[in-house]
Amino acid sequence: MSVKLSTRQVGDVTVIDASGRITLGEGASNFRDSIRDLAAKGNKKLLLNLGDVSYIDSSGIGELVSGFTTVTNSGGVLKLVGLNKRVKDLLQITKLYTVFEVFDDEALALRSFA
Amino acid sequence: MPDNQTGETVRVDTLLESALESVDDAETAVLGVASEIGFNEDDLHRIGMAVREAMVNAVVHGNRYNARKKVKLQVLSGEDRLVVVIHDEGEGFDMSEVPDPLSDENLLRHSGRGLLLIKEFMDEAEVHKVQPRGTEVRMVKHLAKTS
Repeated sequence: MSVKLSTRQVGDVTVIDASGRITLGEGASNFRDSIRDLAAKGNKKLLLNLGDVSYIDSSGIGELVSGFTTVTNSGGVLKLVGLNKRVKDLLQITKLYTVFEVFDDEALALRSFA
Repeated sequence: MPDNQTGETVRVDTLLESALESVDDAETAVLGVASEIGFNEDDLHRIGMAVREAMVNAVVHGNRYNARKKVKLQVLSGEDRLVVVIHDEGEGFDMSEVPDPLSDENLLRHSGRGLLLIKEFMDEAEVHKVQPRGTEVRMVKHLAKTS
């Protein structure tokens, strides 16, 4: 199963709920298009919920980075919440913990945008 | 009956198409052997990820999806180890020219993390050019005593 994305608005924060796998191919390109679309529509505060993402490969990591760059370049902020241990490990290995703001708890993440 | 001097038995020796479907096929084949050896769930995840990264490199960067080129997959099992060899028919590359994905100036690059993950998830990983052409990735995972 490739990644499925849905969005919801919590105050002025757009939460993107992702589920499935973010891997090379359809999963990664769906993810890329969705983030670009949200940024192009002027969403400035984006919280990506990876709680139901079971698997990310290096292409998926690349898409997370591209999403971060796209949102940042458009004057917005992209933060992450709900990473499972394996995805956290990937961010550690790739040193991307130093790039992304990562939260375990959605309420805390939402408050951080204030 | 071992097939080589290090006591390993060839369990899989096949040619795969230069297509993304082959990434799934290779992962399935390798994990079948790894399960029989007795790797635990975490190690199976790491092995599967390393194989997927090596296969993506072979199909996408090595063979460039060229239908006339194949990816050779070999899986060998020893008493306490798994050996995976993935060989493409691409032009090959010089490891010294691969940018370090962990240096600050490369952290925001879109790609270039596959080899890092392979080396992280396997106990041994060697990448070298093969004559007359192609790149071979040889990966080894040892069964931990506590597995």
